[in-house]
Amino acid sequence: MIQQHPETQGTGATAAAGATAAAGAPGATGGTKDRATGGTKDRAQYGLCAGLALLGAYVLFDASRIGAVTSSNDPVGPKPMPILLGVLLLVVAAFYALDISRGGHGEAEEGEDVDLSTSVDWRTIGMLIAAFALNALLIEPLGWVISGALLFWGSAFALGNRHHVRGLAAGVTLSLITFYAFAIGLGVNLPAGILQGIL
Amino acid sequence: MDNITSLIGGFGDVLSPMNLLIALLGVTVGTAVGVLPGIGPAMTVALLLPITYGLAPVEGLILFAGIFYGGMYGGSTTSILLNTPGESASVVTAIEGNKMAKAGRAAQALATSAIGSFIAGTIGTLGIVFLMPQVAKFAISLGAPEYLAIILLTFTGVTAVLGASRVRGLASLLVGLTIGVVGIDFVTGQQRLTGGLPQLADGIDVVVVAVGIFAVGEALWVAAHLRRKAGEVIPVGRPWMGRSDWSRSWKPWLRGTLLGFPFGAMPAGGAEIPTLLSYTAEKKLSKHPEEFGHGAIEGVAGPEAANNASAAGTLVPMLALGLPTNATAAIMLAALQGWGIEPGPLLLTKEPALVWALIASLFIGNTMLLLLNLPLAPAWAKLLQIPRPYLYAGILFFASMGAYAVNSQPFDLWLLLALGLLGFAMRRFGLPVLPLIVGVILGPLVERKGRQSLQLTGGDISGLVGGPVAWVCYVLIVVALAWPLISLLRSRRGGGGSDDGPGPDGAGPDALVNARAGYSYNSSEA
Repeated sequence: MIQQHPETQGTGATAAAGATAAAGAPGATGGTKDRATGGTKDRAQYGLCAGLALLGAYVLFDASRIGAVTSSNDPVGPKPMPILLGVLLLVVAAFYALDISRGGHGEAEEGEDVDLSTSVDWRTIGMLIAAFALNALLIEPLGWVISGALLFWGSAFALGNRHHVRGLAAGVTLSLITFYAFAIGLGVNLPAGILQGIL
Repeated sequence: MDNITSLIGGFGDVLSPMNLLIALLGVTVGTAVGVLPGIGPAMTVALLLPITYGLAPVEGLILFAGIFYGGMYGGSTTSILLNTPGESASVVTAIEGNKMAKAGRAAQALATSAIGSFIAGTIGTLGIVFLMPQVAKFAISLGAPEYLAIILLTFTGVTAVLGASRVRGLASLLVGLTIGVVGIDFVTGQQRLTGGLPQLADGIDVVVVAVGIFAVGEALWVAAHLRRKAGEVIPVGRPWMGRSDWSRSWKPWLRGTLLGFPFGAMPAGGAEIPTLLSYTAEKKLSKHPEEFGHGAIEGVAGPEAANNASAAGTLVPMLALGLPTNATAAIMLAALQGWGIEPGPLLLTKEPALVWALIASLFIGNTMLLLLNLPLAPAWAKLLQIPRPYLYAGILFFASMGAYAVNSQPFDLWLLLALGLLGFAMRRFGLPVLPLIVGVILGPLVERKGRQSLQLTGGDISGLVGGPVAWVCYVLIVVALAWPLISLLRSRRGGGGSDDGPGPDGAGPDALVNARAGYSYNSSEA
C-alpha cells in the first residue's frame, strides 16, 4: 500500500505504449467511439451538477434539524458527518460545473451489448420502468409468481422480444422455479398472493 | 508455519461433498456470467446475496469465491473471442488475444489465458496465505485514528487513483457516503435523512443499493443503447498449446503474477495498472516484438496472469482490514455483515475457520476452473448467442426478487428503481460506480472511527492525527491529490528540453486515462 505512488508514477512512461495499443483495439470493431456527446459540449451534465448541489443542500437542511446531542462518550454527536458531507457535495458540485464549463465530459460506459453510436432509447426505458412499477404494485396482491412472470414478459417485450407466448412461458417457468427453490426451499420471503394455498 | 496448518484445516472443512458441490456451482455460474455480456461477478454476487442468507456463511462464501474467480476466466473468453472487453481488466488481454483469434490461433490464446490464470490464481492465493495473517496481526494493533486514516486512503485510492476523473469519482463517493448516513444514528438514535419514512429508519440496505446500481442500472443502460446486431463471435475448438507456445508463455505468466499481486493487495491497486505494465514489459522483453499488435502470445499470457493475481491480492485488504478495493469484494463484505459477522482486523481471530475455508476453496475453485474451461470453452462461447431481451429481462427479474426478499416490502422495489435510475445516470455521465458502493459500505465505519478518535481527546481535533501509520497515510493522500499539480510543474520545468523524459511523463497519465476511459473500471463486471 505504501508503494502506490512511485508505481503509479512509473506507469507514466510505460502506459503510453499500452494505451495506444488499447486505443487501437476498439477501432478494430468498427469505430463505435464517436458518439452523440462527442464534439459539442454535453450540457445535460449540468443537470447532474444541480442534482448534486440539491442533495448537498438537502443534507445540510436535514442536519440542521438534528438535535446536537453530545456526551463525554460521544463528544461529536450525529451532526458533523452530514454537515461535512453536505458542504463537500456543494463544493464538488461547483468543481464539477467548472470542469464541464472547461469542456470536460465523462465517458459513457461501454459494454459488449452497448452501441454508443445510437442515442438514448427513451421508449424502451419507459416501458421497462412501467414493467418494473407494475411488479412493485402487484407483488403483494397477486403474488410473486404472477407479478414476476409479468415483469419478465414485459421487460422482454420492451427490449424487442416479439415471441409473446414464448416470453410469457419463460416468465412463468422462471417465477415458478424461483418460488419453489427460494421461497419454499431456502425460506426466502416471496409472497404467494392470490395463489396462496394453490402453490 | 501456523498458516500452513490453518490452511490444511481449511481444506478439511471444505472437502465435504456438499461444499465441493457448492464450489462447482460457484465456478460454473461465475464462468457463465463472466462470458455473458452485461453481467459480471459483482452483479451476480449482489443478485445472489438475499438468497444466500439462507445458507451457512461458509457455504455462501465458497459460492462467492467461485463466482469471483470464475468471472475472470469467463471474462477473458469473451474478450478474446468477441473483442469487446466488458471489464477494464480484460482490455489489455483483448488487444493481442483477439488478434490471435482472428489469425486462427483462438485455441492457443484461450489456453494460455486459462493456464496463466490458473498459475497466477494459485500463486496469488498462496500470497494471501502468507501475507494476510501478517497484515491482520499488524492491523489489530492500530487505534481508531490510524484505522480512520487507512479508510481515507482507500477512499482516495478508489476515487483519485483508479478513476479517469477525480471530480466524478469524488461525486460518486459522496453520494455513496450520503446513502450510508440514511437511517438511525448508531449512538444517539436520531433519524438522519429519512424524510420521516419509517421504511428508511433502518437505513438503506446495501443489497438494495448494490442490486440497484449494478443490476438495474446496467440493464437500463444497455436497454437504452442495445446493439441490435450482436457482435461476431470467432468460432473456436478445444484450447491447446504447442511446444513453442508453452516456452513463450511461462515467463510472462510468472512476471504477470509478480506484477499483479502487489497492486491488488494495496488499498487502491486495481487490475488496470498491472495489466498495462505487464503488456509493456512483455513487449520489451519479447524475442518477437514484431508480433505485438498482430497476436503475440506473450501479450495474452502476461496481462491475463497479472489480472488474476491482482484479483487474488484484493482479498488481502478485504480479509485483513475489512476494506474492499473492487466491487465483488465490496459485496462479499456486505454479505459478511448480513450474516452478522463483523469484517475488519479481528475477523481472522474471531472466525479463523471461516477465513481459512474461504482460502482453501479458492485453491479448489481455481483448479476446477482449469478443468472446466479447457475442455468446455466452445460450449461457453455458445452462451454469447443468448437472445438479449431474455438476458436483460432475466436480470431485472432477479434484481426485483432479491431486493424484495431483503425486507419483504414493496417500498424497496421503488427504492430499487430510483437507485437503478441513479446507476443509469452514472453510466451516462461517466461517473464510476465503485466509489459509491465503497462509500455505502465504509461510510458508517468511517464515521464511527472518526467519532471514536475524537472521543479519546474529548472532541479536540488533534485526536484525528494519530500515530506514524496515520501520518504515512495522510502523506500518501496529499501526494495522490496533489499529483496533477506536481506532474504539471515537472513537465513545465523540463518542457521543450532536448531530453525526451517530459514527453512520456506528461503523456503517460493522460494516455492511461484514455485507455481506461472507454472501459471505465466502474463496469459491473469489475
